[in-house]
Amino acid sequence: MTHRMPWSARLGLALTLLFVLLALVGPWLAPYDEAAVVGDVWEPFSAAYPLGTDQLGRDMLSRMLYGARRTIGIALAATCLSFALGTTLGYLAATLGGWVDAVLSRLVDTLMSIPTLIFALVVLAVLPPSVTVLILVMAVLDSTRVFRLARAVAMDVVVLEFVEAARLRGESLGWIVLREIGPNTLPPLLAEFGLRFCFAILFLSSLSFLGLGIQPPAADWGGMVRDNANAIAFGLPHPLVPAAAIALLTVAVNLVVDWQLRRATAGRGG
Amino acid sequence: MHPILALVLRRLALGALSLWAVSLLIFAGTEILPGDVAEAMLGQSATPEAVAAIRRELGLDRPAWERYLDWLVGLLQGDLGTSYANRMPVAELVGERLANTLFLAGVAAAVAVPLAVGLGIAAVRWRESVLDRLLSAMTLSAISMPEFFIGYALIYLFAVTWPLAPPIATVYPGMDLAARLKVVVLPVAALALVTVAHMMRMTRAAILNVMESPYIETAELKGLARSRIVLRHALPNALSPIINVIVINLAYLVVGVVVVEVVFVYPGLGQLMVDAVAKRDVPLVQACGMIFAATYILLNLTADVLAILTNPRLLHPR
Repeated sequence: MTHRMPWSARLGLALTLLFVLLALVGPWLAPYDEAAVVGDVWEPFSAAYPLGTDQLGRDMLSRMLYGARRTIGIALAATCLSFALGTTLGYLAATLGGWVDAVLSRLVDTLMSIPTLIFALVVLAVLPPSVTVLILVMAVLDSTRVFRLARAVAMDVVVLEFVEAARLRGESLGWIVLREIGPNTLPPLLAEFGLRFCFAILFLSSLSFLGLGIQPPAADWGGMVRDNANAIAFGLPHPLVPAAAIALLTVAVNLVVDWQLRRATAGRGG
Repeated sequence: MHPILALVLRRLALGALSLWAVSLLIFAGTEILPGDVAEAMLGQSATPEAVAAIRRELGLDRPAWERYLDWLVGLLQGDLGTSYANRMPVAELVGERLANTLFLAGVAAAVAVPLAVGLGIAAVRWRESVLDRLLSAMTLSAISMPEFFIGYALIYLFAVTWPLAPPIATVYPGMDLAARLKVVVLPVAALALVTVAHMMRMTRAAILNVMESPYIETAELKGLARSRIVLRHALPNALSPIINVIVINLAYLVVGVVVVEVVFVYPGLGQLMVDAVAKRDVPLVQACGMIFAATYILLNLTADVLAILTNPRLLHPR
């Protein structure tokens, strides 16, 4: 499969895997603790501090490595949860139809008529800023997109003969959703997973950047951009380091998704 | 009634309905979810008596539906409530900020829309050329980059390394237009970079879609110049999806403005809302949320109505 991958998708895949690896082992590679003050404020890149130090004199590289785990981990958790929620409800809406479909679809329409960031800000005004709350808010808001896609692809499958046959055999709803519809709707949902994961990374980073996501002193990439923002006025590139890491990761994932989408359309002769 | 008028009216009614549903959702989002405003405002020092006193003072001891009706009636009359943080009318706090945000988004749109459509047309005209590939690669990266990365990169390059524009977009009441424009150069560039990519990609796709039609092949076989085919034959029929994409991107602009305002310390509505969330100033958050959501819905509504009005098949029913 991989030998026909274009170089851009290979590069994207390699970078994505590298980031995931860093997220897994990062804290063990980090030379210092994420909260340890080890040097002066905003020290330049050097052998001792490869990415310099931050606004409190903490090692940037160590914080980047700890932050990788937090940023990628939370985004991944939120994406998985939003897929679990979105696909379950989407399949149910498509299989059951009737008022279940009508109620769920109208609810999702309404949720989607408010920009995600705006609604998240509204909810975060009253909810406590904890990691669980962040994951839940991101997952629920993002599951609307997954719901729409899952419902749309499942709609195409529900009308096919083998589903009708399963229904006539008297299979349970759970069987029909898991064994008949699920496997037949997987490929389009996989490409969407990459897109939603990118969105989750950007969304989480934006919230942290606005000071409403992960709270200090815990390191995460969006929050590090915010913490070091003032350095830029002194001509120091410090806030660009975590910002570039976010950009690089999302571009990498998008390169893979783009290839997947292209392949899907090529297969359909479009 | 003319069928098109009926369609437009139905779409408008649907828009009003979704505005109402959104007001319900925004109110519910701050009221029904666990998490108590009074406790949050008091923080560590929350004794039960103090919490009860605050709740009474803010009117939070009344039933939620009663407060919702009050809030909704107030909204319809232009009364946005009173801020918890400084007891000022929310409408007063919002007014100037909203004007600033609309100015920023307006200038960004004035730059981004012609640029995106122009580049989209150029990408079709010289399809599969270096330009087309370059634009395609640029859109992919621009779409996936966070706004704050683009913002700070612009500051680092064009305000610090080569001081061409101010790094911080300070505006104040009574500032003249030329000075304002000069100050918002970088935030406008950041917003434009983010939106141009998507609009250009969709413009290109819309025109390419029309280019598949048999009548374009006829035009090609007649020996017409490629520019003429793209501009005079394909573009007019691709206008409707292009308009749609433009309006949807304008709606996106209104949201993207939140992060960009914070990057450039621009005194707009987004910055105000973020500060209000940090201070847990619920009435102010609700009002800002409602304004952003209403703008978003109105723009999407405009996109739909324009799509109806530019559809020749609907305009000339048989």
